[in-house]
Amino acid sequence: MEEAIKYVAKDYKNDQSVRWCPGCGDHAVLNSIHKAMAELGVCPHDIAVISGIGCSSRLPYYMNSYGFHTIHGRAAAIATGVKTARPDLNVWVMTGDGDCLAIGGNHFIHAIRRNVDLNIVLFNNKIYGLTKGQYSPTSDRGVVTKSSPYGTVEEPFIPAELTMGARGNFFARLIDVDLKNTAEVLTLAAKHKGASVVEVLVNCVIFNDGIHKYLSDKANRAERTIFLRHGEKMLFGNNNEKGIVLDGLKLKAVTIGEDGYTLDDILVHDAHEKDMTLHMMLGLMGGDMPVALGVIRDVEAESYDQAVENQIKEVQAKNPVRTLNEYLMSGEIWEVKG
Amino acid sequence: MAEKTKITTLDKVVVRFSGDSGDGMQLSGTIFSNLSAILGNEISTFPDFPAEIRAPQGTLSGVSGFQVHLGSRKVLTPGDKADVLVAMNPAALKVNVKFLKPGTIVIIDTDSFQKSDLDKALFQTDDPFAELGLTNVQVVAAPITSMVKEGLAEFGLDNKSAVRSKNMFALGLVCWLFERPMEGAIHMLENKFSKKPTIAKANIKALTDGYNYGNNIHAQVSTYRIECMKCEPGFYTDVNGNKATSYGLIAAAEKAGLKLFLGSYPITPATDILQELSARKELGVKGLQFEDEIAGICTAIGASFAGALGATSTSGPGLALKSEAIGLAVIAELPLVVVDVQRGGPSTGLPTKSEQTDLLQALYGRNGESPVVVIAASTPTDCFDAAFWAGKLAVEHMTPVILLTDSYIANGSSAWRIPDLDKYPEIKPPYADQYAGDKPWKAYRRDAETLSRYWAVPGMEGFAHRIGGLEKDYETSAISTEPLNHQKMVDTRQAKIDKIANYIPDLEVLGDQDAELLIVGWGGTYGHLYEAMEMMQENGKKVAFAHFKFINPLPKNTAEVLKRYKKVVVAEQNKGQFATYLRSKVTGLNPYQFNRVKGQPFVVGRLVEEFTKLLEA
Repeated sequence: MEEAIKYVAKDYKNDQSVRWCPGCGDHAVLNSIHKAMAELGVCPHDIAVISGIGCSSRLPYYMNSYGFHTIHGRAAAIATGVKTARPDLNVWVMTGDGDCLAIGGNHFIHAIRRNVDLNIVLFNNKIYGLTKGQYSPTSDRGVVTKSSPYGTVEEPFIPAELTMGARGNFFARLIDVDLKNTAEVLTLAAKHKGASVVEVLVNCVIFNDGIHKYLSDKANRAERTIFLRHGEKMLFGNNNEKGIVLDGLKLKAVTIGEDGYTLDDILVHDAHEKDMTLHMMLGLMGGDMPVALGVIRDVEAESYDQAVENQIKEVQAKNPVRTLNEYLMSGEIWEVKG
Repeated sequence: MAEKTKITTLDKVVVRFSGDSGDGMQLSGTIFSNLSAILGNEISTFPDFPAEIRAPQGTLSGVSGFQVHLGSRKVLTPGDKADVLVAMNPAALKVNVKFLKPGTIVIIDTDSFQKSDLDKALFQTDDPFAELGLTNVQVVAAPITSMVKEGLAEFGLDNKSAVRSKNMFALGLVCWLFERPMEGAIHMLENKFSKKPTIAKANIKALTDGYNYGNNIHAQVSTYRIECMKCEPGFYTDVNGNKATSYGLIAAAEKAGLKLFLGSYPITPATDILQELSARKELGVKGLQFEDEIAGICTAIGASFAGALGATSTSGPGLALKSEAIGLAVIAELPLVVVDVQRGGPSTGLPTKSEQTDLLQALYGRNGESPVVVIAASTPTDCFDAAFWAGKLAVEHMTPVILLTDSYIANGSSAWRIPDLDKYPEIKPPYADQYAGDKPWKAYRRDAETLSRYWAVPGMEGFAHRIGGLEKDYETSAISTEPLNHQKMVDTRQAKIDKIANYIPDLEVLGDQDAELLIVGWGGTYGHLYEAMEMMQENGKKVAFAHFKFINPLPKNTAEVLKRYKKVVVAEQNKGQFATYLRSKVTGLNPYQFNRVKGQPFVVGRLVEEFTKLLEA
């Protein structure tokens, strides 16, 4: 038996110099992607990394795999073509909040609805960086940017809600600086069969510096976020002294030992539950509640690319015709003799 | 047989079936044309339907037609005017008046020529024929609806279902007129309604009743005999342009050893291609519908990147939506076939009608210097060859190819000899492992002859690479904004397309080589222009005809051929797009133009008139 090749992160790097701004959150994510790929053990030439346009979409150039840096908003559609033509490939989509949710919104929701086996990494910095600072579809209402000098008058998308609204089966959220967990979550996303969306809250050091600081700040992170793991209690806080409970039809953050709540009252995270009601509530937490990180939803279902293959196999099992000539000759024909 | 009936032998005849869009005229027409083709007639057909699925019954806007041109010799168009018209209601008669000849046989259903029917078609009197000035036609007036109801009483069908078979009664009458044996038609109906035996039997009964009615009434009209012509031996089938296009793409993929992937979105009149290829699962074709036109082409580009033959099908408005993605395939240098079944424009325009108005869009409708190959199919069956060529050039030269067909040839059909693919040229994908240069392989290393880059398909070890929409360095294939490099890459992409002229056939001149006038056309007008040339020759005129299938690049001998003739007339269904293009490509050429943009095919008689005037000027 052949011994499996053991890959390390640097097998997925190439010699191109990375051109993101110093301090950009994308650097950390790139490193985590290299690590996740090594963890998966897929050889670099069986990986295709597809991107659209924007800062984060430069990522394929920094990979040692096959890569395609395409056009604005179309990465999900092009990746759908790659994966459907070649289900054997490991296909990633690198995209930003503008690329994925504004100009590419349609392809994004349809890729999710179809459940194409893509690993979509959504770099969310809530701003257009490459065009130098206009608001994006995830910018908070009222934010002042170069194209909203008096503040925006529109509500943002929440990627978790949009993903599940499009009937997505895998959604995870990460913070760029949380290196410890990033590679682990990306690996789970890649192992998931079907469309997986990993939203990474990244900092744009130039045009939107500190946009996620409220969450990413080390001093407050444990209080303001909760990292979810399938099968584990939903605990957070500096000493894991807080947790999430169900209060009527709503979620509530409580402190164990206060108001009569005990550890037994704290919910256990079930990422595999088909009913997405609770996942949606977890994805929408914020404000008084900690923002959910980690894998929020991870449900198995047949992927589109596999379903296309299966349908071909089913038809072929019943129909022996394999060439154009055989097909035409089996139709309505007549012969003219010489 | 009716003794009194006189039989006229003709070499060509045009039959038009016309009625409400729900009357089943397309089915009657299709069966009649297939029957005739099987008997060895040359056929060319054209359906003419309203844009609305079901316009108000009996009104002028709801008329749907199907025209069949049969001949004992080469038939290339559905014909200008009808020798036989089936008019199922007064609206159909009125709409088709302009298509009648002196002496045309008009078959009408008297049951639907009542006062209320005449009102719906806006007739003022109760004699539609007099009102339309039709004094010189042979009318076969039959109470078709009531005879069908009576004839089908035994089947216990409800009134609506029974009446639906009146198209078969009309077909039976036409079959009698043309001495078509019933067996073939019966067989076709049995196949068509194999899952609904009662409906099959009812249709067959109505068909036979119609035939017998013609035979029994001793109608004082001519019946026609079209002699059969000597076709090239082989197996034949009936094919329309959209089917032939689909088959051409399958054939190209088979020849190249590639999987065919079609990403598409429904759009009239191209939808049939998506439907045909989505049904060919047994051949392993991935013909798939996506969320929009852009996704259609983008999935196809993704499939090509992954090593399949990527294709997409659309019509003019969809081509506009795809233009940015075509630019991506230009700079990424990936094989891609974009089929544009042209229709009337601009905007939504005339979705069910035919034009040649997308030529300049295909040639130039993108940002930046982004040359692509443009090919145009000339007849329904030529769509097969044109699609095959599109696939071959796309793969061997790593480029997007736009294949232009049009609504007229896409829906028109004719008998087609099933091709022997062994006789078609090889298609050899330029895979990266064939690169034999001295320098290490890079994504944009090129073949010295074709200037094509090599195709490295994911999964090939040692060839992992990154490509994309940003300009790349000629040597290293890394991103580059260097001015001289950009100039070199722009020039190279153009030269790559120009060099394809070395791999396509020369332009052919038909007719009188030493004529004074050369008729020039491209795409779906071939049949009309060819028949115009033939008719002029029959009138004793010397005339030549050159028809373009390869638009970009043009065949190498183009300038030489065009400059050989004293007068050149470019005839096309737009405001002069090809003429403009030729002027820009052939120095000193200043052709006459014949341009019509009516959404309808050319009229051969009109072409002959205009060209004769030019010749004699």
